Amino acid sequence: MQKLIRIEPEKCVGCKTCELACSFKNAGEFAPSKTRIYNEVFLEEAKFITVTCMQCDEPWCEKACPKAAISKEMPSGIVYVDEHRCVGCRTCVSACPFGMIKYLPETGKVDKCNLCNNDTPECVAFCPTACLTLDEEDKPLRQKILRFVNTMKDGQMEA
Amino acid sequence: MKGWNGKLLRVDLSAGTCSVEALNGQWAKEFLGGRGLASKYLVEEVSPETDPLSPDNKLIMATGPLTGTYGAANGRYMAVTKSPLTGTIASSNSGGYFPSELRYAGYDMIIFEGRSEHPVYLQIHNNKVQLVAALHLWGKETQETEDAILAEFHGDAKVACIGPAGERQVLFANIINDKHRAAGRSGVGAVMGSKNLKAVAVRGTGGVKVADPKGYRDAAMEAYGMLRANPVTGEGLGALGTPVLVNIINQAGSLPTRNSQTGTFEGAEAISGETLAATYLRRNKSCMGCFIGCGRVTKLTGARFEGDGEGPEYETLWSLGAACGVSDLAAVTKANYICNEYGMDTITAGSTVACAMELFEKGLIKEEEIGMPLNFGDGDALVKMVELAGKNEGFGTKLAQGSYRLAESYGVPELSMTSKKLEFPAYDGRGLQGMALQYATSNRGACHVRGYLVSPEILGLPEKLDPAATEGKATWAKIFQDFTAVVDSSGTCLFTTFGIGVPQFAKFCTAATGEDFKDEKLLELGDRIYNLERVFNLKAGIDPAQDTLPKRLLSEPLPEGPYKGAVAQLDKMLPEYYQVRGWGDDGVPTEEKLATLGLG
Repeated sequence: MQKLIRIEPEKCVGCKTCELACSFKNAGEFAPSKTRIYNEVFLEEAKFITVTCMQCDEPWCEKACPKAAISKEMPSGIVYVDEHRCVGCRTCVSACPFGMIKYLPETGKVDKCNLCNNDTPECVAFCPTACLTLDEEDKPLRQKILRFVNTMKDGQMEA
Repeated sequence: MKGWNGKLLRVDLSAGTCSVEALNGQWAKEFLGGRGLASKYLVEEVSPETDPLSPDNKLIMATGPLTGTYGAANGRYMAVTKSPLTGTIASSNSGGYFPSELRYAGYDMIIFEGRSEHPVYLQIHNNKVQLVAALHLWGKETQETEDAILAEFHGDAKVACIGPAGERQVLFANIINDKHRAAGRSGVGAVMGSKNLKAVAVRGTGGVKVADPKGYRDAAMEAYGMLRANPVTGEGLGALGTPVLVNIINQAGSLPTRNSQTGTFEGAEAISGETLAATYLRRNKSCMGCFIGCGRVTKLTGARFEGDGEGPEYETLWSLGAACGVSDLAAVTKANYICNEYGMDTITAGSTVACAMELFEKGLIKEEEIGMPLNFGDGDALVKMVELAGKNEGFGTKLAQGSYRLAESYGVPELSMTSKKLEFPAYDGRGLQGMALQYATSNRGACHVRGYLVSPEILGLPEKLDPAATEGKATWAKIFQDFTAVVDSSGTCLFTTFGIGVPQFAKFCTAATGEDFKDEKLLELGDRIYNLERVFNLKAGIDPAQDTLPKRLLSEPLPEGPYKGAVAQLDKMLPEYYQVRGWGDDGVPTEEKLATLGLG
């Protein structure tokens, strides 16, 4: 079953710990410029939005790669970059509509979220508000539907 | 050097030059960073007799080795200088995102010296550093200033700046970063204004490396668990923020009301954290890498006032609220926004207005002088006064000097609720004896964030102490003050200390730097910083006779509440405090004491 980092923005407090945890684990230093997950603060609107790779079913980056260095592994569903095949041509960087794959000058390769190799992702492990969770595909959706259903139920007049 | 960036930026505003220097590695081991290391540089480079608003004073913005990392709210920096309000060494702390960005750009600290002929601001983009003209920003409020800089320099930059109050050298002007976070106290913004320095904007795309990544992650995971399990850091501060304290301290009869004429405010409920949460609060917010999230994002709606921003925090609800007898939350929130926009410390601003209100009610200030009545409880007058202070015009020129100079100018300095000319914050020293001692002995003047004895005296952390007792408070004050100096020097938020202690800081500092910072070594480091500051103050002419409190706290008993009849019993604690500190009976650190700390 496909697993994903699920994001519930209403729980976010804008601490960017996800960016720090990600870069510390994957780049060896605390560096928001090297993170694979992005936490943006919109103070005027009082909104905090986090985004990362959603591990597409038919990834644009995979299709665009001329060296077949990107593949979606099954059954985990994680979209990986094969560092041995990647030549650093950046075609995938242009192809991804979400900007979730980037070129790293330090390695000469591209870099993206791989759910910390199917372990507990480091951003999830350190998220202080459980805004980030590692979930199976349909679970959060089911929770949203139940919340909606309960609202409807509460508004229903007794028969 | 691991843990530290190992580089500092020196900006000579008179010459208009910027240069990079290696950080003094020996000093870094002895004073860690932030407050401690910046104080060491200040003491070495600035004479204690320097006029704080002259070009000879310096302003240091310093991060610690933990700034920009995760684990325990590590997003802090210190603004260190000689204070124009108190004449003491000043260090004001702030969080947000600016401090971490400075480290990602590659620097542990910035030292500003001299004075620019024209308004300028500093742009830092990694190793590209330049002073640029800021005439077009001069006069702008803090949020406007940040927006203008983001538009013209770099959209992802982090900005620290002064508002009109700093430019006009209001003695309690602060430095605002990330629009709503403040290096608040002691007038650090007035020093920045005196140098014609409007702002610092930084964009950094590097990172912070630590000596022992595995050890650091383990320390962070442990701290994370402890902070989440703790009721204050894991629950209270996130849900209600610091305003959770309004009702708690009022019930303890220790919420200084109407310029400390009593410790119980009948209007407390109306300005409480609970009321704020039910009215203007939009949501809570963290600083960089913080697990607590105490920030209050608020929006003021209604016919009388408009605005949005962060806060008011607890100290502000008190200073602009209870201290002025104002229970009008809309007015308090508006006055808070004005302080942030003009760049002023809310504690001194509110306490100074409270002092003026008492002077007015006692007939010492006449209505003609202000142009309007100034009675306790008048929210509209409060908003007007805060605005005048920020503009430093009209009656505001008197307010802009802080409460001590204001009260002194009417011949009644004893009506200023200050120690060493710094207004004390939102805890009445008559109800909380430990806080009374802390106010009297804090190196920057009366202050709650140099040794927060409210934690044991009210919250029962790490253990419950009787607020009315004087026994043992000297030892508690010393330990809290020394530990706080360590936290302030590491780049960490003081709020983490509700949940984690010296052993956790020892692990963080050791793993970050590779130096062996054992528990005792860290506390000794805190003691060293405290003595360094003390010696600077003594040389600056702040003699031990100033380790005292306003006459009101020492001789006018609390008229009501659980500690009715109490006064601050400083005489019972101060001699013991000097002894515990290893100082002479005269309050002066002995040669031997300084030698053991390596300060001889």
